[in-house]
Amino acid sequence: MNVAATVGTPFQRAPFLKLLLRKGSTWAALAFIAALVLAAVLAPWVVAHDPLRGGNDALLAPLAAGHWLGTDDLGRDVWARVVFGARISLTIGIASALFAVVVGVVIGALAGYFGGWIDALLMRVAEFFQTLPRFVVALIVIALFGTSVLKMIVVIAALSWPQLARVVRASVATLAQSQFVDAARVAGMGHAAIIAREILPNAAAPIIVLGSLDIAMAILIEASLSFFGLGDANHVSWGAMLNDAQQYLRSAWWMSVFPGLAIALTVLAFNLLGDALNDALNPRGAAR
Amino acid sequence: MTAFILRRLLHAVPLLLAVVVLNFLLIAFTPGDPITLLVGDFPAPPEYLAQMRREYGLDQPLWVQLLRYLGKVAVGDFGFSFANQQPVAALIFDRLGATLELTLTALLFASVVGIAFGVIAARSASARRHGVADSVIQGASSAGYAVPDFWLGQILILVFAIGLGWLPSQGNAPVRGSAPGWAGWVAHLPYLVLPAFALSLRYLTLITRITRAAMLEVMGADYILAARARGASEWTVLVVHALRNAAAPVLAVIGYNVGFVLAGSALIEAVFAWPGIGRLLFESISKRDYPVMLAILLMVSATVVIANLVTDIVHRMIDPRIERA
Repeated sequence: MNVAATVGTPFQRAPFLKLLLRKGSTWAALAFIAALVLAAVLAPWVVAHDPLRGGNDALLAPLAAGHWLGTDDLGRDVWARVVFGARISLTIGIASALFAVVVGVVIGALAGYFGGWIDALLMRVAEFFQTLPRFVVALIVIALFGTSVLKMIVVIAALSWPQLARVVRASVATLAQSQFVDAARVAGMGHAAIIAREILPNAAAPIIVLGSLDIAMAILIEASLSFFGLGDANHVSWGAMLNDAQQYLRSAWWMSVFPGLAIALTVLAFNLLGDALNDALNPRGAAR
Repeated sequence: MTAFILRRLLHAVPLLLAVVVLNFLLIAFTPGDPITLLVGDFPAPPEYLAQMRREYGLDQPLWVQLLRYLGKVAVGDFGFSFANQQPVAALIFDRLGATLELTLTALLFASVVGIAFGVIAARSASARRHGVADSVIQGASSAGYAVPDFWLGQILILVFAIGLGWLPSQGNAPVRGSAPGWAGWVAHLPYLVLPAFALSLRYLTLITRITRAAMLEVMGADYILAARARGASEWTVLVVHALRNAAAPVLAVIGYNVGFVLAGSALIEAVFAWPGIGRLLFESISKRDYPVMLAILLMVSATVVIANLVTDIVHRMIDPRIERA
């Protein structure tokens, strides 16, 4: 992370949108995310079948009557399940990324602003969480404590904040030495006000970039957990669909291909968005 | 150098300890009483339950239990798996070989191919603006990085095992048993191809990106220009001069990802019925076999700590310019 490049207010630079939308791939990623969000919100109106209710016609191939992506082993419409699956992926992806951003920003700001033993302690904790193999820990915590959408959000966020905290800490530590912060201090502003109103807006660029990449990572972890049978069974999930597909690979390729494609495209879109944001907000260095 | 190694060792010990403590806390705060689990729903008299509790040390304060747990872990005692009627340590040890084979093959493949692609991309990018090979490799690596590895496994099975019938997709040896010795080892190799490739793709893309970036950083250096001016061949310039100086960050990324490859093998082993630790984890989750799950968590975390330690030391050895890791 090039700290020097994050100093300065990215949003006041005029051509931000122009910089962001330079590449065709960014347009494609944004369009895909917009379509996905729309499909998730309007799911009941986008599909003709109940994603949870099966029928008599199990394992129908794609383009069969009324089911253009086919049906699964219980006769449930694959298209309906892919569309409804977007709801859980987006909910968990966005909520856990937001949660991780809040935790990472608070911890990183405290460590960077106060320095000293607070910094040393918090960074040791961050290092510990970064050492843990995220997926295995999430898997075991969910297996031990039971599953729900909320629990998955909390666990994924708890394992995702350290990288953010480190980056925020670095920016804040540099900014805390700058003249406008000295000026705020002389003007009698408190610590909290200085951090929230003077420093953090100037450290926003890497936070936004990492937040976007965290959404992609969270969606992957949710899919992996559900593939292991640890998802919330009350909701349709792409990972769980792939779990169902595993036993029917020989007879129903469509049960695997379409939900997997949905995960890959969604993760790709958020990764591309993150990279584009990085290029636009921080033209001199890379966030990773 | 010795001071550096000592400092890093001292740094790793508390991390390892913290991992063990986390493991213990997960056991201690798991909902459900282990004694009830052991006795079952059978209406046992409270004196009996109290006696059981004493026997397993569950009547002691938490910190005493923690010290006992640390003592047991230190001598390699990870408890007993009731689902498998075997000590956990023996169970894991039996499966270790298969997992090591899979993860090391995947990591080796990802490293060799990733570095090669990274060098090709960097050469294409530095030779002229917007090289075609660079664009293709960069696009492919963005796409590859987004593909969930367990889904890639299913697609590989669909294409190469079911569709084309070229490779086997389940297990790590013929079901009917294989010949002993060399012939048996050769016969099991086809089973390794698909899972190793599925596991490696994500790291392959990562290593490609890092190699490309590290190469581009050194390609502009004076000594590269000097080597070219001396008339060194393109191969000598790229591999002997550029790659050697770009090696440090590449090796660091490979080392820091050892633990992630190991963790990722859980999903791949589930897809390919590969009889390793990941598959054991998958089975123990469905059987609620807690001691096995926690021992695997401990093992993977410890591997990460040790791999990071070794990476830092090697990193420092090949690139003494790094002041602090």
